[in-house]
Amino acid sequence: MSPRLTLATAARVLRQIRGDHRTVALLLVVPCVLLGLLAWIYHGTGVFNGIGAALLGVFPFVVMFVVTSVATLRERASGTLERLLTTPLGKADFMFGYALAFGAAAVVQAVVATAFAVYVAGLDVEGPLWALVVVAVADAVLGAALGLLASGFARTEFQAVQFMPAFVLPQFLLCGLLVPRDALPDALRVVSDVLPLSYAVDAMTTVTHNRTPLGDIGVDVVVLVGWIVAALVLGSLTLRRRTP
Amino acid sequence: MTHRMVNDTAAIEARDVGVVRGGHHVLVGIDLTVPRGSVVGLLGPSGSGKSTLIRAVVGVQQRVSGDLTVLGEPAGSPGLRRRVGYVTQAPSVYDDLTVMQNVEYFARIAGAPGASAADAVARVDLADRAHSRVANLSGGQRSRVSLAAALVGDPDLLVLDEPTVGLDPVLRRDLWDLFHTLADAGRTLLVSSHVMDEATRCDRLLLLRAGRLVADTTPDDLLRTTGAPDAERAFLALIDRQQAS
Repeated sequence: MSPRLTLATAARVLRQIRGDHRTVALLLVVPCVLLGLLAWIYHGTGVFNGIGAALLGVFPFVVMFVVTSVATLRERASGTLERLLTTPLGKADFMFGYALAFGAAAVVQAVVATAFAVYVAGLDVEGPLWALVVVAVADAVLGAALGLLASGFARTEFQAVQFMPAFVLPQFLLCGLLVPRDALPDALRVVSDVLPLSYAVDAMTTVTHNRTPLGDIGVDVVVLVGWIVAALVLGSLTLRRRTP
Repeated sequence: MTHRMVNDTAAIEARDVGVVRGGHHVLVGIDLTVPRGSVVGLLGPSGSGKSTLIRAVVGVQQRVSGDLTVLGEPAGSPGLRRRVGYVTQAPSVYDDLTVMQNVEYFARIAGAPGASAADAVARVDLADRAHSRVANLSGGQRSRVSLAAALVGDPDLLVLDEPTVGLDPVLRRDLWDLFHTLADAGRTLLVSSHVMDEATRCDRLLLLRAGRLVADTTPDDLLRTTGAPDAERAFLALIDRQQAS
């Protein structure tokens, strides 16, 4: 792996995203619309304060998962991936380049969505706002990393699209948003303790309710980063230079 | 005429190379030598195995049997990735970037100097479209962007899968001139085509049919030994002769 090639790939992917104005608009506007809608639905109750922050972590995760799995499938279909793998570019350069690019896009998305949630939708946050942004970015990069990993197993567009519900929905059901994780049946709680989205939602909830959350969310962020690195390394191992 | 590469290894050397895909023998018993500093045409009808042989040479084909050596190393060795340029049959560049952004990215990956991107774009005659998005270009222009992305790393061996398909005759002539300029500078080019007319533009010819090498020859020898007036009929004559024997 070479930092120069990883950065060149990240810059190229960012240039592609930036050139697509509609995608940029969707990345920034959709989370805000959803958060606004949620705040409106639960107007006058405390529900939005309970789950708003958690969703601030879930949206970028889902969006980045879908976008990266489609992007890598496009690289396969267009032959650019086959070509890149005949160049000095390493498989890890490719994976980490994508993760970096989507991480950078996620910073912008997280800042906009957090600002909207707090200043427009009226989310009460006890902890520092930047901590929300940090966790949201970690979530987005996690989504991108899992999307890259999943697309390694997809041979067709139909398969790639179905990996979204397969990889994302179980994590959503078990992350503690629908039922608190402590109240889950034992077997499911164990699964929920392993899945990364649980840690993202825990961290978001901690930041909203604690004035000094940094010690608690430190562990969650370490787990998230561990998952990100594991997914990217596994993803680069499933990338095949030689194909049938 | 003898080549000047007596102590030099060949650019590509294949001994009994075969490829099986889905239980089907796509390539069988391929023996060939591509000398350095030449333009070698890989000709054959669609489905003859040209792309598979090319993919084996650049090291992206699975299940290759036999010995396949490229620039003195086994095909697909990591050390070859700087020295071999590959242009896939379908233009493999990013539609949502401009011509220059595409070529600059491949230049960075190849570790080529900054000015080389503009140079490569000019060589494929796209300087006036350098800042157009690839999505807005014609098919022929796209395949030239794809070629520029391989030229930019100045590889010792360029492997081009049907680079001249769909180009107008003037451009095709210009590209073949470019290939010979590169070969004169010591580069080796393996160029596939299903258009037999292009045979006469090559230094050497490899004729492929149904996964087997029908001939490894020069354009002059091909016409002389078959007595045919053009490459297309020479190809037919060779096949008839092989089926008769």
